[in-house]
Amino acid sequence: MNRFVDPVLIFVLLLNFVVLGASRIRTMIQAVAVQGALLGILIMLAHGSFMFIGVMMALVAILLKGILIPHMLFRAIRDVAIRREVDPLVGFIASLFLGAGGTGLAVLFSRTLPIIHADTGTLIVPAAVSTVITGFLILTTRRKAITQVVGYLILENGIFVFGLLLMDAIPLLVELGVLLDLFVAIFVMGIIIHKINKEFSSVNTHMLSELKE
Amino acid sequence: MAVATDAAIFCRSGQNLSEVGVMGQVFIHIFILLVMPPLLLGVIGKTKALFGGRNGPPLLQAYYDLIKLFQKGSVFSTTTTWVFRAGPVVGLGTALLAGMLIPFGEHSAPVSFAGDMILFAYLFALGRFFTASAAMDTGSAFEGMGAAREVTFSCLAEPALFFCFLVLAKLSGSLSLTGMLDGAFPFGVGATVPALVLVGASLFIVLLVENSRIPFDDPNTHLELTMIHEVMVLDHSGPALGMIQYGAAMKLFVMGSVLLRVVAPFTFGNTWADWGLFVAGILVIAVVIGVVESMMARFKMILVPTVLVAACLLSAFGVILLLR
Repeated sequence: MNRFVDPVLIFVLLLNFVVLGASRIRTMIQAVAVQGALLGILIMLAHGSFMFIGVMMALVAILLKGILIPHMLFRAIRDVAIRREVDPLVGFIASLFLGAGGTGLAVLFSRTLPIIHADTGTLIVPAAVSTVITGFLILTTRRKAITQVVGYLILENGIFVFGLLLMDAIPLLVELGVLLDLFVAIFVMGIIIHKINKEFSSVNTHMLSELKE
Repeated sequence: MAVATDAAIFCRSGQNLSEVGVMGQVFIHIFILLVMPPLLLGVIGKTKALFGGRNGPPLLQAYYDLIKLFQKGSVFSTTTTWVFRAGPVVGLGTALLAGMLIPFGEHSAPVSFAGDMILFAYLFALGRFFTASAAMDTGSAFEGMGAAREVTFSCLAEPALFFCFLVLAKLSGSLSLTGMLDGAFPFGVGATVPALVLVGASLFIVLLVENSRIPFDDPNTHLELTMIHEVMVLDHSGPALGMIQYGAAMKLFVMGSVLLRVVAPFTFGNTWADWGLFVAGILVIAVVIGVVESMMARFKMILVPTVLVAACLLSAFGVILLLR
């Protein structure tokens, strides 16, 4: 494992906090975009050598997670004309604390998880777990459909970090398939957000629990 | 006091002692501590003027202001008590004492003992307590409001500061500020550099809050409703106001020298070169503060606690990284 992996993972973790503390959706999307691009770089670093396959994987990841998906989300917030997550179920400071608690627990207990011992020295497992926790937090505590999509993206980023452990075991095709799935999922979510907005003239998901003719 | 007892720490680099001597080092330390702080305000002002395309006040304007203020007479309201007069004196005194606990660059602090970081943090708390009490002593509603804001924000900044000290203590294995900031961090261990970066960021936020710089407070504001620190000193005049401004500059200088040791733990190995490095480093920090002030607007008042909590989390995260 490369010694640059840990600093990059720390940036990934800090970006989790940016997303948790931000109320502007634009800031959240930018943070997720940077996080996605960092993950792409991470693939290259984790591979160690700059082989064709690794570089291509990294480029595809950067292109999708760093540029294409954020671009779609930016379009979505422009269409539905919302700027902020106004009234989350759990407040920003409280979710920052929850995220910090989750990160702390992830770091403290990652050693005790029964997984391959090759990379226990690095931050990969704690970073993956705490990013997944952050994703869940955003998914469950934010009201707007679009911020929930951001939460989904962070969740996927966490799983992606976890996948770094299995870099050599998982074939390229599977990884590319996962990325494609992600892309399609975001695409569908974009369409759904558009429909929700058209139908309810709001993207607050709690409106969906009301019956409507 | 403990000046002589710490001669051993002074001799750490050996040659320091032969070149200038312990007392010489202490004199230089005190001289810089007394003379340099207002210069930082001048540098910040010049940087901001440069960004604004103005000439700005002269570099030494803060010194002129202080000299002018100290020549003036004082006016004390008849409703105030001794607390009002004690505020500026305690503020300046605590800043001076705190300055004696901090190593300037590679050079050890004149006063140093295990656990002095707690004294350092609470010296500022004592000064703040008296400034706030003096503000309340005037009975002005505005000043009471400013005092309430000041103590609210600083009670959020304090845990951040302590988490930073915790990280530094863990890294250096020492409980005194001189030992913590001696620059000999274990760079071989993986988490050292990330933890130092986190502490540096957190300390910078604490520095901006404690010294009421722009994203959190505006030292030049003229609107009482938005003031935090400045509103507390509205009733002070003449030498008392001078002492407050001098103490505030000194506080900025002291916090800046802590930050400098964290972000740039370098040494030339030569006494005079190290003093030069320290002075240059502090001026660079002043320029950075000026740049931040030029590029950012003030945060909304509600946003300030969020940012402070984020600063706490940054340094707490540093602790977690090291405990792993």
